[in-house]
Amino acid sequence: MAKQGEIYRVAGPVVTAIGISPKMYDIMQVGEEGLMGEVIKIDGDKTIIQVYEETSGLKPGEKVIDTAQPLVAELGPGLLSSVYDGIQRPLPVLMKSMGDFIKRGVSAPGLDHTKKWHFTPTAKKGDQVVPGSIIGTVMEFNIVHKIMIPPGISGTLDSITEGDFTVDETIATVGGKKITMLQKWPVRSGRPFEKKLLPDIPLVTGQRVLDTMFPLPMGGTGAIPGAFGTGKTVTQQQLAKWSDAEIVVYIGCGERGNEMTEVLATFPELEDPKTGEPLMQRTVLIANTSNMPVAAREASVYTGMTIAEYYRDMGYNVSLMADSTSRWAEAMREISSRLEEMPGEEGYPAYLAARLSEFYERSGRVVALSGGLGSVSVIGAVSPQGSDFSEPVTQNTLRIVRVFWALDSKLRERRHFPAINWLTSYSLYTGNLDAWYKANVAEDFPALRQWAMEVLQKEAELQEIVQLVGSDALPDEQKMVLEVARMIREIFLQQNAYHKVDTYCPLPRQYKFMKLIRQFSDLSNRAVESDVSVDSIVELPVRNRLAKAKYEENIDQELDAVGKEMAGQFESLGGKA
Amino acid sequence: MSIVSKEYRTISQIAGPLVFVEKTEPVGYNELATVTMPDGTQKRGQVLDTSGKYVVIQVFEGTAGVERAAGVKFLGETMKMPVSRDMLGRILDGAGDPIDGGPAITPEDRLDINGAAINPWARDEPKEFIQTGISTIDGMNTLVRGQKLPIFSGSGLPHNDIALQIARQAKVRGSNEEFAVVFAAMGITAEEAQYFMNDFERTGALKRAVVFMNLADDPAIERIITPRLALTTAEYLAFELDMHVLVILTDITNYCEALRQIGAAREEVPGRRGYPGYMYTDLATLYERAGRIKGKKGSITQIPILTMPGDDITHPIPDLTGYITEGQIVASREIHRAGIVPPINVGASLSRLMNAGIGPGLTREDHKAVSDQCYAAYAEGRDLRGLVAIVGKESLSERDRKFLDFADAFENRFVRQGRDEDRDIETTLDLAWDLVSMLPVNQLSRIDRKYIEKYHPAYKKSE
Repeated sequence: MAKQGEIYRVAGPVVTAIGISPKMYDIMQVGEEGLMGEVIKIDGDKTIIQVYEETSGLKPGEKVIDTAQPLVAELGPGLLSSVYDGIQRPLPVLMKSMGDFIKRGVSAPGLDHTKKWHFTPTAKKGDQVVPGSIIGTVMEFNIVHKIMIPPGISGTLDSITEGDFTVDETIATVGGKKITMLQKWPVRSGRPFEKKLLPDIPLVTGQRVLDTMFPLPMGGTGAIPGAFGTGKTVTQQQLAKWSDAEIVVYIGCGERGNEMTEVLATFPELEDPKTGEPLMQRTVLIANTSNMPVAAREASVYTGMTIAEYYRDMGYNVSLMADSTSRWAEAMREISSRLEEMPGEEGYPAYLAARLSEFYERSGRVVALSGGLGSVSVIGAVSPQGSDFSEPVTQNTLRIVRVFWALDSKLRERRHFPAINWLTSYSLYTGNLDAWYKANVAEDFPALRQWAMEVLQKEAELQEIVQLVGSDALPDEQKMVLEVARMIREIFLQQNAYHKVDTYCPLPRQYKFMKLIRQFSDLSNRAVESDVSVDSIVELPVRNRLAKAKYEENIDQELDAVGKEMAGQFESLGGKA
Repeated sequence: MSIVSKEYRTISQIAGPLVFVEKTEPVGYNELATVTMPDGTQKRGQVLDTSGKYVVIQVFEGTAGVERAAGVKFLGETMKMPVSRDMLGRILDGAGDPIDGGPAITPEDRLDINGAAINPWARDEPKEFIQTGISTIDGMNTLVRGQKLPIFSGSGLPHNDIALQIARQAKVRGSNEEFAVVFAAMGITAEEAQYFMNDFERTGALKRAVVFMNLADDPAIERIITPRLALTTAEYLAFELDMHVLVILTDITNYCEALRQIGAAREEVPGRRGYPGYMYTDLATLYERAGRIKGKKGSITQIPILTMPGDDITHPIPDLTGYITEGQIVASREIHRAGIVPPINVGASLSRLMNAGIGPGLTREDHKAVSDQCYAAYAEGRDLRGLVAIVGKESLSERDRKFLDFADAFENRFVRQGRDEDRDIETTLDLAWDLVSMLPVNQLSRIDRKYIEKYHPAYKKSE
């Protein structure tokens, strides 16, 4: 087992080494500069390595060293508010050591190894512990970071000390083994848990179209496909800002630099609606932009997932967003083609489907080893080329995920935001979640959703007729359906992410909106039956007031007022008794 | 260095733009090489693949005239660009050599043309509004400093005029800082090039421009390096000399064709429509070289131009571009046929950084509201045109007719604009209000009441 070999060939990010026999997925130090790479193929005496850094100037003959370790993430206090590249190097640290541009040959640990954290034991000497047992806590901003026994260690707690420690210092001993606050976990394997639960609690996002129409549960999986410019990124950022998960992991995988900057600039300024603290304090960001090395992009989703699972194991609800999984798939394709592997569909490797499903399967609501409940909800963005949903990444993703928020460029052109198409989107979780909605929001919540969907469906059918003959040819009842559908679209579905009131809509308010629209619909149907003209109904001041209510500071009073005056205004329309 | 002097005469294969050399000493990946023909002419190339067995060189000037007897030297370094302040006002060829008859450039620095990724943490948020004087851009798809906003066009559309008008009029209000322009032509015709040059000279823009010219009859492979030379120059001007740089790259489609040509020559597994699977990453290494850096004064704003083959926006080139750039300005044949210039299709265009650059203190408080309203109303009006074609205008409702009229007026008054007409943002927004006032006020669902009271021509009280 040679520990050192030499470079045989360099072609882009793929380096072939000889004279060394490592294990698959071992981390290697490549070249004189010790560039970080990972073994992705072993072919006879040749070892094929994907290198996470730029390979310009690398020569055959330079040395290659096997670290005999897979790619691991450092897990411990200090993860929150960090900004990492795809292989968990903190970007601010990289900037300090190499300036404004990403150069190479610099390694940086994921956690600050000098910072002291105050450790408060929750277990005591003599307790029996197993992997995953919580033995104490550290305050990481406002989040209680629970220190767990690392995998592979169990027995009696011999000693445990309160005090200020770095992540490398011993805080406890178990059967003679030292326990620190630092765990290392290979990113490509899922962290263990006790058992998976059915996801039956919604992840409340404050986005009306998502929460009411197409809900995602904690521990669920969703996909946002979207051609460029349909507001996919804004939707994801809204989710990160407003969803009620305690921890947010945001992976910018092969995306725009300026967009990451926007995230990096806005997150620290954003106030967490629940605590008033910066949102960044419960967020981990991974930014591997499109022009950063492609192999690190491939690893970035695993790094993010491992961090998410770590917080899940403490009993937190984590929402993980990967933007975009298409870029991740493209990284796989690029590396696969450099390996001259036989391609599957559209040049993607044959293992694309397997990798995608392995990744999404790491989501879920679980009973952790410590006995607590935690979840990882995964929302993956896919960027179908040419808006062609039949392309392999979108297709393979749709086979796995159970929520589909179909962003639509037609809606974008109409400035309907979020541009989520209500006819093609779906959530297969509504059945699981309805019991929760009935118990926690209102008994008739699922029924209202059903009603709204039916109206929108009806509208789509009527629109086809209108396209042919114009809306004047429709009978009044049908015209009214179109008007009510318009209200659902413009008042309920459209939501302005940049408006300070409208950006977040709590569930009871969502219910109130929908209820008022329903009430308006019922009253107007009755009015139409009494020969009141559709135009005079539409021009009722209360309709306009309802439409504008979402931008008012005192929105809830405004909605109550609308509810009070609605019936009266309809009565004033008269019509035959 | 000893390695520089060593010349190999071991070419084993020549295929398309690629030369394979055997039995070399270790050669670095991406290293620069020269190929010397027996008659003494030299070509330059770059190492694409290196191993103990053979080295693959991509020859920039093409392999015409290369024979197995040619000698190959490796220069021991990756390709560097000599840069200097004196480059402003100069015209260079696609490989960076002066072609304007002026003296050679005395370099102040030599920089790797591949650049390096800007650390996302070091980036500063682009938010300074650039006034281009074009209503459809300023009002509806606002450009900000540090943005990359491509023009998606089709063959035969006046995209060059749009780019030139932007280059001429672009300014950040309230500052006298001018843009330096870096212009890189890739495979455009001599006639087009002349058009650009004449305009640069006419308006005096050449003084503050660096021009790189790879023309249609220049070697195709050179197109791979031309934009990198341009961007390296831009980075130097922006981040070393504190200038605000506007980079115009035209035509990206020709660049991608060259990329495909190399992929084919290397017998790579092709992706969509024969373009290489790494085209996304490759284009990203160009487009991402735009932006602002914390603590630096300068900035790079990019306007790449590409012609969509067959006007197909789903073609891999515009598609991948759109995924990397922050929006796009789309030129439309339909609008051009209607005789409207610049023929910008507002519906399909988008600036992703618009919201960062508009609003109180940047442009005007009502900007977003009135532009959203125009967007929505224009989209609705355009849809109604389809209906009118079937049922006639008479059978439309009163309301619908107003939207139809709005769409027509919008194109004729807002989109249509003279080549030298420089509208400031107030003019653009007031024009938008004028148009919006054609619609019944209860249809203005995108606009807050307070803006209607303040800006709507029929409602605004005399201030």
